Amino acid sequence: MTSHTHQPRRRFRRTAASVIAVAVTVTLAGCAQAGTAEGAWGEAGELSYWMWDSNQMPVYQQCADDFELLHPDITIAIEQYGYDDYWNKLMTSFVANSAPDVFVDHSSKYGDYAERGLIENLDPLINAADIDTTRFVDGTLELWQGRDGNQYGMPKDWDTVAIFYNEDMTTDAGISAADLAAMTWNPTDGGSYEQVIASLTVDTNGVRGNEAGFDKTSVETFGLGLDDSGGGYGQLSWSMLAATTGWTSMDEPTWGSTLNYDDERFQDTIAWWRGLIEKGYMPPLAQTVGASLSTQLQAGSYAMVTDGAWNINTFDKLQGVNLNTAATPAGVDGERASMFNSLADSISVSSTKKAAAWEWVQYLASTDCQQVVAEAGVVFPSISSVGDDAEAAFAETGFDIDAFTTHIDDETTVLFPLSGAAVEINAVMTNAMDRVLSFGLDPSDLTEVNERVNGLLNDY
Amino acid sequence: MSTLTLTPTTTDAPARPDSKRNHRRAVRRQTWVAIAFIAPSLLGFAVFYFWPTVRGIYLSFTDYDVFTAPVWVGLDNYARLFTDETFHNSARATLLYVAINIALQTVLALALAVLMHRLTQSTFIRSVVVMPYLVANVVVALVWFWMLDFQIGIVNEGIQALGGHAIAFFGDETWAIPTIALVNTWRHLGYTALLIFAGLQMIPKDVYEAARTDGASEWQMFWRVTVPLLRPVLALVFVITMIGSFQVFDTVAVTTSGGPGDATRVVQYYIFDLAFQRLDFGYASAISVVLLAVLGVIAAVQLRLTRAGESDLN
Repeated sequence: MTSHTHQPRRRFRRTAASVIAVAVTVTLAGCAQAGTAEGAWGEAGELSYWMWDSNQMPVYQQCADDFELLHPDITIAIEQYGYDDYWNKLMTSFVANSAPDVFVDHSSKYGDYAERGLIENLDPLINAADIDTTRFVDGTLELWQGRDGNQYGMPKDWDTVAIFYNEDMTTDAGISAADLAAMTWNPTDGGSYEQVIASLTVDTNGVRGNEAGFDKTSVETFGLGLDDSGGGYGQLSWSMLAATTGWTSMDEPTWGSTLNYDDERFQDTIAWWRGLIEKGYMPPLAQTVGASLSTQLQAGSYAMVTDGAWNINTFDKLQGVNLNTAATPAGVDGERASMFNSLADSISVSSTKKAAAWEWVQYLASTDCQQVVAEAGVVFPSISSVGDDAEAAFAETGFDIDAFTTHIDDETTVLFPLSGAAVEINAVMTNAMDRVLSFGLDPSDLTEVNERVNGLLNDY
Repeated sequence: MSTLTLTPTTTDAPARPDSKRNHRRAVRRQTWVAIAFIAPSLLGFAVFYFWPTVRGIYLSFTDYDVFTAPVWVGLDNYARLFTDETFHNSARATLLYVAINIALQTVLALALAVLMHRLTQSTFIRSVVVMPYLVANVVVALVWFWMLDFQIGIVNEGIQALGGHAIAFFGDETWAIPTIALVNTWRHLGYTALLIFAGLQMIPKDVYEAARTDGASEWQMFWRVTVPLLRPVLALVFVITMIGSFQVFDTVAVTTSGGPGDATRVVQYYIFDLAFQRLDFGYASAISVVLLAVLGVIAAVQLRLTRAGESDLN
């Protein structure tokens, strides 16, 4: 009898305990108190070096081997983690005081680390080592100067964007490589860029987008692919168009104090761009969740997509489709434009072997290592002098590599817009741009959104 | 016969106080054995659940970015909850998910369990039913993500072959949450059915025989015999699945990442987003605490309403 009356209570308590247990797994915590120790300037030992791009690992392993021959008392242990895991792992490693001595850093991320004093200011080191900073491709060093003006990374590569297109489809549509190279764009009628997109769009009956009887509700191949709304950056979606109108996303190229999403030139660009969806030339946003741009291009769902230089090898490996590259169209100011970004190596403040780490970072940014990188043809090296070797290596893919490098030659790059509160701002902008692109908001509503993100920037 | 009655009296009468002491000693020894048995899991509970909970509750009153020491902000984080549209939206998305997921999963699992119970004793079929549960959550999510892709997914190919229009399952704001709920229903259905099936096996066969003798139909037996006698198990299953359901995360993380817009930014994903992407651990902890409180209340209410501790069998 007693046991019977006891049972419900006990069982309830047990269930309640498991409720608490399960619910709390994500209550985080458990992390050790605030922590990064100031490291030391050790000159020898094993350095841990983290990177996320597995394609680049063999190249940097080669650099590490060469480096170890020059510095017998230093060994390099390269660890590679996929991009998404990378940043969480890096964060927890900082908290646990086990951060890598040197790691590949991203321009959109380093601000957070720099402002928390987790990565080393390289300026004194660069000055002491008397490094010739003019050997770097223009813009790469600037992208690694934090809000305080200090240098937080040694640039290792750079990237721009270009159009990847299905050569068989352009041939069918009677569009030559020269036509593509001569494309122009404006936000009013889209210029010849829109005409190309229209003629590459084909419905399920085989009717092209610029022909009578085109059925936009049943499209087989979209002239222009879409990956996402581009958030606050639009790196692969609208930045190369908006930048030709004279619009800039901030009052300064990097670390500005006001954002310009309320600008008419920006909103007109977005209005034209989203108009492609209404015309049936570009897929609705809802249809783009899932397969990547390259997969869609391979499947013949898209005839053209805009993608970054870091993906050249991915596109090159696609089977069963004949691809080539073209530069983004010349815009309102008569020039092309491309967002420009650069990865760099950063040194952890908590490293106990910072002198050795600096030797390694210098070597990574040296002509010797960059030559190896260039010849592998995986990324564009940050040192100008080996640029031709990289172009030659990339040319083996058969792609027109000029489409990417023309922006460096013609100085038509726009720096990746670094700002404070970047993650917050991009979260708000991604939501807003998603809604604009799915016709829940009008481009003019972005004026109000701009007030919100400017508020975030000012509070930062 | 006489020896038989003698034995207890001889041992019992003089040994009475002694046996009481023995009994107490035995109980004490049993307690230590019990403690030894639960010690490992108690340690795990204390280190991985209890302490993080306490710390999480503390952090919810602070501004904390992991790298610098937490700063006490009182109820600021909780006040922020009231004006945070994204949080309200994520609460709505989560509720919708739970409603679809639990309703469908419970009904289908019950049906499946009863079918198994009444029709087959085959271990093979039981194994097949629980198979999806054995596949890792992330794999299930990815496979469905590809199968339901708008442009190249096999499901949409099928829909189009039948003359329908392709559906943007994960991309359309109205479809995204129901799709994720259905994918997870598919994965958990077999496991839930097996739990219920175990409950069904505890119901004595003679109850059914008696019902059948009284001329009850299968349908009547289900409602008058199975459901009432299954109530405690159903209640437990309900509580467990609902708590699990509220914590949907991995399917969202590998498919929509909270999109399109904020359509699938469920509470757990929002917490993850705030903590690990935006380093706002204080506010993320506050939301976790709210979720904890909500789940605690739901579990308590459910157990009370369904009188989970009592069985009609006794």
